[in-house]
Formats: sequence, C-alpha cells, structure tokens
Amino acid sequence: MPSAPTQPPAPRMREKAALAFLLVPPLAWLIIAYLGSLAVLMVSAFWTTNSFTGAVVHKFTTANLVRVLTDDVFRAVTIRTVGVAAAVTILCAVLAVPLALFMAKFASPALRIVLVVAVTTPLWASYLVKAYAWRMLLSPEGPLSWATGYTPGYGLVATVLTLTYLWLPYMVIPVFAAFQRVPDALVDASSDLGASDLNTLRLIVAPMIFPGIAAGSIFTFSLSLGDYIAVTIVGGKTQMLGNVIYGQLVTANNQPMAAALSLIPLLAIVLYLLAMRRAGALENV
Amino acid sequence: MTTTVRRLGLALAAATLLLAGCSGSGDSGETSDGPPQMEAATEVGEGEGELNLVAWAGYAEDGSNDPAIDWVTPFEQETGCQVNVKLGNTSDEMVQLMRTGQYDGVSASGDATLRLIYAGDVAPVNTDLTPNYATVVDFLKDKPWNSVDGQMYGVPHGWGANLLMYNVDAVTPAPDSWGAVFPGAPEFQGKITAYDSPIYIADAALYLSKTQPDLGIKDPYSLTAEQLDAAAELLKQQKENIGEYWSDYTKEVQAFESGSTVIGTSWQVIANTIEADAKVKIATVLPKEGSTGWSDTWMLSSKAAHPNCMYKWMDYIVSPTANAQVAEYFGEAPSQTKSCALTADKQHCATYHADDAEYAAQIHYWTTPQTKCVDGSGDNCTSYDEWVNKWQEIKG
Repeated sequence: MPSAPTQPPAPRMREKAALAFLLVPPLAWLIIAYLGSLAVLMVSAFWTTNSFTGAVVHKFTTANLVRVLTDDVFRAVTIRTVGVAAAVTILCAVLAVPLALFMAKFASPALRIVLVVAVTTPLWASYLVKAYAWRMLLSPEGPLSWATGYTPGYGLVATVLTLTYLWLPYMVIPVFAAFQRVPDALVDASSDLGASDLNTLRLIVAPMIFPGIAAGSIFTFSLSLGDYIAVTIVGGKTQMLGNVIYGQLVTANNQPMAAALSLIPLLAIVLYLLAMRRAGALENV
Repeated sequence: MTTTVRRLGLALAAATLLLAGCSGSGDSGETSDGPPQMEAATEVGEGEGELNLVAWAGYAEDGSNDPAIDWVTPFEQETGCQVNVKLGNTSDEMVQLMRTGQYDGVSASGDATLRLIYAGDVAPVNTDLTPNYATVVDFLKDKPWNSVDGQMYGVPHGWGANLLMYNVDAVTPAPDSWGAVFPGAPEFQGKITAYDSPIYIADAALYLSKTQPDLGIKDPYSLTAEQLDAAAELLKQQKENIGEYWSDYTKEVQAFESGSTVIGTSWQVIANTIEADAKVKIATVLPKEGSTGWSDTWMLSSKAAHPNCMYKWMDYIVSPTANAQVAEYFGEAPSQTKSCALTADKQHCATYHADDAEYAAQIHYWTTPQTKCVDGSGDNCTSYDEWVNKWQEIKG
C-alpha cells in the first residue's frame, strides 16, 4: 500500500491572515496597554522628583524602594490593607456559600432566576451611590442606629462592611456556577453509601466548589486591595494603601514614590495567585 | 502557528518599549533659577467659544447650586465662551489637574501658584489686557506668590481666612481659640474634623507659635525639622479625637448636618451652604490666634486651548459686579476696590477688612514650604515633600 504523503498541508495565506486579524487586537491591548503601562510603572519607581516643582527627574535611584520596604507608616498601612482585603474575602465567602447552595440546589427554576437577578442588581447602580448609601446607613443618626440603637460608626468596620456589600456578587456568581456543576447523582450516591449530609458536603461537594470560591476570592481580594474611595467615604480617619499612593501621586506630586508603592499591591496579588495555583484552585475554573 | 504568535508578541513588546522610552525622555525636570521663558500675549482676539476652568467650590457659580447665585451665565452671554468648571478640592489636586494641560485657567492659592509658575504650567499675563486689573487693591499686586521679577502671572481674585466652625447646640460656650480642636479636643471625642491636606500642619504650627513661644515658630510655613515634629505631635494627639478628615467640601457639609461632626476648620462658603439648608445651627469664628488663609490668583495655562476666553474671564471675574458677587458668596475679601460699593451687605468689605492692608498682612496665606525658608529666615526649613510624608505619618 502506498504511504500517504508525509508533508502536512501548508496553511493557506488566508488562514494566516484571519488568525492575525483575530489575535492582533487582543494581543496589542494586552501588551501595549497593560504590560506596557506596568513596565513604565516599574521603571518610574526608580526615578526621583524635583522637590519644589514636583517634576520627575530621570536619575536612577533605589531610594524609593528602600523607603517602601523600611518605612513604618507604609508597613502599618500595608498590613491594614491586606487585613481588610482578607476580611472582606472571608465575609463574602461565608455569605456566598449558603446562598449559592440554595440557589443552585434547592430553589425552583423560577426562584433561581429571581435570586440571580437580585444578586446582580446592585451591579447596575453606581459605586459612589452605593458607598454614600452606606455612609447614610451607618451615620450616628442613620437608619441602622435608629432601628437597632447601634452603629459601628465610620472606620475600619464600616469599610469592611461596605466593601463586602460592593463585591459580594463577584463571589456569589462563580460559587453558584460551581454548585450547579455538582451532579445530583454524586450527592445521591454518597448518601446511598451511607455518608451523612455533613460528610457528603465536606468530602464530595466542598472539593468541587473550591475552585469557584477561589475564583471569587481573586475578585474580592484584588478589588479590596486597590480600593481607596470607599474608605474615604465611610472610613473615618483611617487610610489604606490606595490613599497613600494617591497622596504621593496627587498631593505630594511624587510619581516615582507612588510607582514604588504600587508595587506592593501588585506583589500581593501575584503571591495570592501563586498560592491559589498551588492549592490547585486555578485548574478547571 | 505558535511561532507566528510569539513573533507577533515580540514585535509588539519591542514597539512598547520604544514607546515607553520615547515618552520618558520628554522633560528634564532639572532645577532652574527662574521660570521658563514665555511671552505674555499682546492682544486678546475673539473668544474661542469655550472655557475650561479648575476652580475652588463657589468661585464659578452658574446657578446650578442656587438659582440666585450665578455670575457665569452673564459672562457666557457676554462673550460666547461656554464655561466648564472642574472643582479642585485641594491645591495639590489643582496642580495635578493643570499639569494635564486640559484646562485653560485655574484659581490658584499661594501654595500652588509658584509650583505652577516654576514648572511652566502657567503663562505670564499681560495685565494691560484686563482693564479691571487697574483698580484691584494695591496690596495684592506684584506679590511674591503671584509674580516673578515684576511680571504678573495672573489676576488677584480675593482673599480670606480659614475659620473655626462649630455646631451651636453641641459646643458651648462658643469657642474663640483654635485650642478647642487641639488641647480641648477630647471634649468632642470623635466629632472633630480637620482639613485633609499637608498644608493643615501650618494650622497646628500657628497655634504652637502663640501658645509655646519657646519653640520659636515665627511663620507657620517656615518650620525647622524640630518645629515640624512638634506640630506633627500636636496633630497626632488631635487625631485621637478626629471623627473624619475632610477635603471634599460636600462631605464636611454632610458630616455637620448629620451631627457626626460638631467642630473643626472650615471655609465661609461651607458655612453658607449649611445655613442655607438649615438642618443644624452652626456658627463660624476667626479665632484669637489669627488664622491661616488664602489669597487666590486666576492664572492662564501655558497650554490653554482657549486663551482669549481665559483673558476675558480674568477681566470679568475682577470686574466690580462679578467680584462683589463671588466675594460675598464665598465669604472673602474682594480684590476689586470698586466691588465694596456693590455688595448686597454694605458691611461686607468692613467685615472682611477688604481694604485693610495691615489686617491682610496678619493672615498667614497658604504658601508652599521650601528648604529656603519662605519668611527669609534661613535655609534650614522643611520642604513640602517632608510635610507630605509627615502628614501621612500623622494619619498612620
């Protein structure tokens, strides 16, 4: 039998052109707008400024990075910011899991649609409107204090509450999707084999929805880490990393210092993503 | 296929680096002795139909906050220049906005003017082209904060003092000293506010200059390292009792109206807004220690897209009628001497000491702290970037 021709068919010109047409816009966006601006950011962290006019002076120095790593104020603010981001993430997960479980497995199809709409509705309103609504809600003579006689006032607690409210939909949706992918048959099989409900949840369901929680937590963690507006509205006198960066950029007009400080959240996110990958959460998301 | 993609990526990355390199080599930023050389205009042509301003809240009112308060609309009708206003909350924000080059002019305070002049963000102004400048009060002309070597960089807008504002029901007896927000702060634990800008350090320094003479503070903007530390220490004690800081003026209005704040530093225009809403009773006082304050200048951007409209605006805003309106609404002394006859409250100029050069000299106008002391006492003072770092340290 004669062997088939070994040469693979050469890709035609038209296919190549179509591929380039499809790939160039997203790649250009990713590389120029995203990685390019990150590169500029990293480079400018090594410059300095004229202390009077605030104009950037292109002279290489590591002074900014050294200060970012050694300054007590920056360390305290970093710890506070990461703490807030972690607290928001945990609160979102605690609220989202039972809600998503109910939505995916117990609600009737009609109710499920209503709940999905309800969870996502807040995304239609402006960020500022929601943050100011919380400012009103938590004010000393506001509705919360009127109804319960207690309000945490403006501060870190208020900031965590507001951010949890703002980012909750980003946690609920991926967790809901993860629950939907758990086949009912698996749960039935587990209980047929004698596992209690709790054991089924712990041993069968939990590992399957963990990637969903991880995906949601990447949103809630990174969004909280970078937030600096909610804290100025409900945070009282506290400041977060974003405020310090904003202060260096706008108030001090010290762009290199702001760039050096921006490396902290960047590094925190990279570490978080690596940790998530190690935990196996980024597979099959 | 993968190699194609990879090559594509490499090419794009190289292009990006090229771009980054090019954008980086623009300005040198080296210290120079004087502001960049620029020629002032010699004539004002037809308006360009539009004018983009950076202004303090209350400086360019078009009736949208209060239909009765409107001096922008007459200007638009007169000149055909459609005015767009971007509010600046702090001087630093204004400097930042002006550096974008998207605005034609700015109402800059003394802690922004020199930074703008020396960085080349604003252009010299030919005051012969703004006829109303002739009758502006003399003690605002050719001042260190609005001119360099006798060349004006704008027209003086007006001046005034930062005030102590308090809730009449919550704060008794009525305070007459900044001490109420410094050593007296624990009495109003959690209900005190302060201005969220490093320039507020000068308020603490001013208080210390009167209460602790042995620190030797003469001018609140000329602080040695020890004096800056002492002021920062006072502000850290104050922070224990601060409810929240304000820089956005609507936030202070809301904080006073909801009762979450009862005392703190303020501007007259904020007091006017709260009084107009009439939800709480407040009062303002110029404390006995004197006060920090502002003396503002309308400046022309060096990159203005609508310079003719800006010249028309600079002439208009110091015209007797408009300057009287803005001064009365904002609660400050007008720069135009002829405005005093036109204010609704005939006592306005007397209340704000508008033609009193000696009184004006006693207010400590916002100015940018520099290593070379701004009061000329030496060159061992702390510069503004040290103030910014101190301020971040105070806020913690």
